Amino acid sequence: MKVSRTLAIPYVVWVLIFTVVPLGLVIGFAFTNPDGKITLENIFEMSDYMAVLFRSILFAIAATVICLIIAFPAAYIISRANAINQSTLIVLLMVPMWINFLLRTYAWMTLLEQNGVINRILGAIGLGPYQLINNSGAVILGMVYNYLPFMILPLYSVMVKIDQSVIEAAQDLGSNKIRLVRKILLPLSMPGISTGVIAVFVPSVSTFVISRMLGGGTNDLIGDIIEMQFSGNSYNPHLGSAMALVLMIIVLFMMSLFNQFGTEEDVAL
Amino acid sequence: MKSISSKVYMYILYAFLYLPILVLIVFSFNQSKSRANWTGFTLHWYADLFRDERILTSLLNTVIVALAASVLATVLGTMAALGIHSMGKFGKSVLMGATYIPVINPEIIMGISLMILFRFFVAHFNFQFGFATLILAHISFDVPYVIYNVLPKLRAMNPNLVEAAQDLGCNPRQAFFKAVIPEIMPGIFSGFLMALTYSVDDFVVSYFTSGTTVETLSVTIESMTRVKVSPKINALSAIIFVVITAILIIKNVLENRRLRRDMALSRAALKEARGK
Amino acid sequence: MKRLICIILSLSVLLYLTACGGTAETEEIDREAVLEEFGLDPELFSDYDYSRLKDEDITLNVANWGEYMSINDDESVDVNEAFEALTGITVNYKTVASNETLYSKLLSGGATYDIVIPSDYMISKMMKEGMLQKLDFDNIPNVNNVMPSFLNPQYDPYNEYSVPYLWGMVAIIYNTTMVDEEITSWASLWDEKYAGNILMFNNPRDAFGIAQAYLGYSLNTENKAELDACSELLKEQKEIVQGYVMDEIFDKMEGGSAAIAPYYVGDAVTMCDDNPDLAYVIPEEGTNWFVDAMCIPTTAENKEAAEMYINFLCEAEIALANCEYVGYSTPNAKAYELLDEDVREDEKRYPSDEFLAEHTEVFVNMSDEANAYMQSLWNQLKIDNSNVWFVPIFLICLVAATVAVNVWRALKKKREQY
Repeated sequence: MKVSRTLAIPYVVWVLIFTVVPLGLVIGFAFTNPDGKITLENIFEMSDYMAVLFRSILFAIAATVICLIIAFPAAYIISRANAINQSTLIVLLMVPMWINFLLRTYAWMTLLEQNGVINRILGAIGLGPYQLINNSGAVILGMVYNYLPFMILPLYSVMVKIDQSVIEAAQDLGSNKIRLVRKILLPLSMPGISTGVIAVFVPSVSTFVISRMLGGGTNDLIGDIIEMQFSGNSYNPHLGSAMALVLMIIVLFMMSLFNQFGTEEDVAL
Repeated sequence: MKSISSKVYMYILYAFLYLPILVLIVFSFNQSKSRANWTGFTLHWYADLFRDERILTSLLNTVIVALAASVLATVLGTMAALGIHSMGKFGKSVLMGATYIPVINPEIIMGISLMILFRFFVAHFNFQFGFATLILAHISFDVPYVIYNVLPKLRAMNPNLVEAAQDLGCNPRQAFFKAVIPEIMPGIFSGFLMALTYSVDDFVVSYFTSGTTVETLSVTIESMTRVKVSPKINALSAIIFVVITAILIIKNVLENRRLRRDMALSRAALKEARGK
Repeated sequence: MKRLICIILSLSVLLYLTACGGTAETEEIDREAVLEEFGLDPELFSDYDYSRLKDEDITLNVANWGEYMSINDDESVDVNEAFEALTGITVNYKTVASNETLYSKLLSGGATYDIVIPSDYMISKMMKEGMLQKLDFDNIPNVNNVMPSFLNPQYDPYNEYSVPYLWGMVAIIYNTTMVDEEITSWASLWDEKYAGNILMFNNPRDAFGIAQAYLGYSLNTENKAELDACSELLKEQKEIVQGYVMDEIFDKMEGGSAAIAPYYVGDAVTMCDDNPDLAYVIPEEGTNWFVDAMCIPTTAENKEAAEMYINFLCEAEIALANCEYVGYSTPNAKAYELLDEDVREDEKRYPSDEFLAEHTEVFVNMSDEANAYMQSLWNQLKIDNSNVWFVPIFLICLVAATVAVNVWRALKKKREQY
C-alpha cells in the first residue's frame, strides 16, 4: 500500500496552513510591536495581568478538583451498574452536553440572580436574598457544571474495565473502603484521571464566556482579556498573542504533568 | 446501584445536571418576560421564535457550515488516515503530533490564531470573512476526530485483505473501494458524526472567525445574552432539548434491545453448557 | 452510506433553495403601498428616490448599539423592514457593546460594516486615524432636517463625516423599592448602603467620566494627578460594586437584580417603561452629554446604499419612531415637532441650552498618551498590579518544569528497559 501514502499530502498541506502557520503567527505577534519591530515588551506588559492569570489558574484548578471529587464516585457507581442501566446513565449524562453551552450557562444566570429562582424559593421560606451571582463561586460553578461530563466519561471508561472480581478479592482480604479506593481504584483509574483532568482544566483555564455571564465583569479571566485584545474594549492583538502564548505554555505544562499515559491514540474518547 | 447512598448520590447528581435546563424550559411557557415570576401559561414565545428571522437564519447557517465542514473533514480525514497508516514510524509520529494540536489547544487560541491568519488573507487576497472562513476553521478542528475514528479501524483490518482482493481479480482501485472502504466505513461514519457534533456545538472558534455577515446559532445566542434576553431563547432551548433527548432515547432503546438479546443468548448458552 | 448520501442530497437541495431566494427578480416597488403598509404618512416623507439600487442585490451591514433602533417590536415601525421594502436592499443589522469594541472590531478586519454609529469622541478618533470616509451629502438631502445646533459639532467641525442620530446624557437609574432616599448625587454610587447592589459602566471612558464629574474635574482632563484620583475613587468603589456591565444592565435593572446604576437617559426611559419601580435622575454635579452620529467606515463596500440608509434614518417619521422607541433625544427638528408635548417639555430628555452649557460636558478625543494612561489605570482597576519581572520568570520556570518532567520520564523509561 505504498501508493496510499500520497493520500496524506492534502492533509499535510492543510496542517501546515491551518495549524502550523497560525500558531507561528501568534508567536510572531507576541514578540513584535505594531510597527513590526521585535520586542519583549508584550511579555513585560503582561505583568499587569498577573492577577488575572493567577485567578484563571486558581479557578481552573478548583473546578478540576471539584469535578474530580464529584465524578469519581459517580463514575464508579455507573461502572458497577448492569449493562442496560449503564448505557441509560451515560446517555442521561450526555443529553445536557448536547445543548449549547451558552444556553446551559444562561440557565444558571436565571437561577442565581438576585431576583432569580433560587433566591425566590429561599425568600418564600424567609431567607436571603443572597448574592449568588457575579462572584468567583458562580464562575467556578459554571465551569464545574459545563465540564463535569468530561471528567465522568473518561473515568467511567477505565473503571468499567476493572474486573468486579478484583474488587471482591480485595474486600475478601479485608480491605476497608478507604484502602480499596487508595490501593485498587485510584491506581487502576489513573489514565482516566489524567485524561479527565486535562479535559476539564484546559477549557476552564481558557474560557471567556462563563466568566462574563456568571462573573459580571468583576471576575475577568485570561480568556476575557485575550478576547478584549482582539474584539473588545482594548485593541492590541500583539499583547493578546503574548497572552495566548502564555496560555499555551501553561497547557503544555499541564499536559506533560498528566499525560504520561497518553500515546496519541488514547485521546480519541 | 446497590446501596441506597449511591442511589441518592446519583439522583442528586442528575438533578444538578438537569435542574437548570428544566427551569429554562418551564419559563419558556411563561406569559411575562420575567425569568423568575410565573404569570401564566402561553405558547407565544414559540410562535415568536419561528417568526424571528435572525434566529432562523443563524440556524440555517449553522446547518450549512456544520454539514459542509464535516463532509469535507471526513473526506480529508479519511484520506489522511489511509496515508498515515502506510507511513513509516517517523512520519507517523510527526503527523499524529500535529493532529493532536487542535484537539488539545484551548479553543480560544485556535480561534485567534485562525483569525490572524484570515486577516492576513483578507489583506492580501480578495477574501472576506463569512462562510468560507467559518467552514475552513471548522474543518481544521473536525479533521482530527475523523482521523482518530478511522485509524483504529485501519489497524484492526487484516493486512492481507487487499492482497486477497487482488488475488481474486480486483485491480488496486477496485480492491480499495470494494475491500478497504467497506471495512473502515463504521469508523468513517462515527468520525463524521463526531465532527458534525463538534461543529454544531462550537462557539469560540466561530466567534472569532465569523466576521459580520454570517452568524451561527451559538454566536447569535451569545450576542442575545449580552442585551435584553427574550424568552424566545428559552423556547429554542426547549426545542433543542426535546429533539436531542428523543434522538438519544431512540438510539438507546435500540441498543438496549440488542444488549438484552445478547444477554439472553449468552444466558441460554451458559445454561446449555452447564447442562452438558 | 445511504444516510450520508441522504444528508448530502438534502444539503444541496437546501443550498439550491437559498440560492433561488437570493436571485429572484425584483419587482417594481410601489412606494405608496409600502409606506401605507408600515403606517407611514406619505405627506411627511421626502420624495427621495429610494428604489434606485433595488436591482443590485446589495446587503448593507449596519453596526449599532443594543436596543438602539426601532426593530422587532409589534407596536412600533420596524425601521429595517421598512427600509428593505422601500429600497430592495437587505439590511444585516448587528449590535456592538461599546465604542471601544466597535473600534477594535473595525481595526481587526474581521468586520466590514457599511454604517456605524459611534459617539462623539470616538468619531474624532476614527477621523484622525483615517477610518471614516467623507459623506456625499447630495445623497443625504435629509440632513436639512437636523437642528442647526447639532451641525458642525466639535468632533466633526466641518460636518463632513457624520450625521447626528440621537443624543442624551448620563443619568443615575435606581429602583425605588430598594432605595428609600431621593438620589441627587453621584455620591450614591459610592454609598456603602447599596454595597453589592451597584452596577457600573464596563468601559473606561464612561466609568472615568463619572468619577471625574463626581470630583468636579473636566471630563476631558489629561492631568495625570486628576486621573490618578479618579482611579483611586473607582478602586474604592470596586469593593461594593456588584458588576461591571453594558447592555446587560437592561435585564439586571428591570429584573430588580441591582438597586442603582449609571446609564444613558434614553435607556433609563426604556427601563422605567418596562418596570415602573425604576426612576432616574441627572446628578447635580453635572454629567456627560453625548451625541451618537452615523458614519461610513473606509472599509465600507456599499457607500451609496449606506448614504441612502442615513438619509432614510433622517426621515421625520423614521427618526420619530426611533427616538420614541429607544427613549433617547432626537437631533431631528421635524421629528421633534411630531413628539408629544410632555416629552418635548421633559427637562431630562430635552434640557434647555443653558442647562446643557452649565451642567454637561461633551467628551472629546484625548491625546494618545492620555488615552493609554487611562486604559492602563482601568486595567489596574479591574486587575491588581504586580511586579514586571514576574511573568517572564514564571514562564521560564514553567518551561523548565515541563522540560524536566519530560526528561525525567524519558530517563525512567530508559532505565526500565534495561
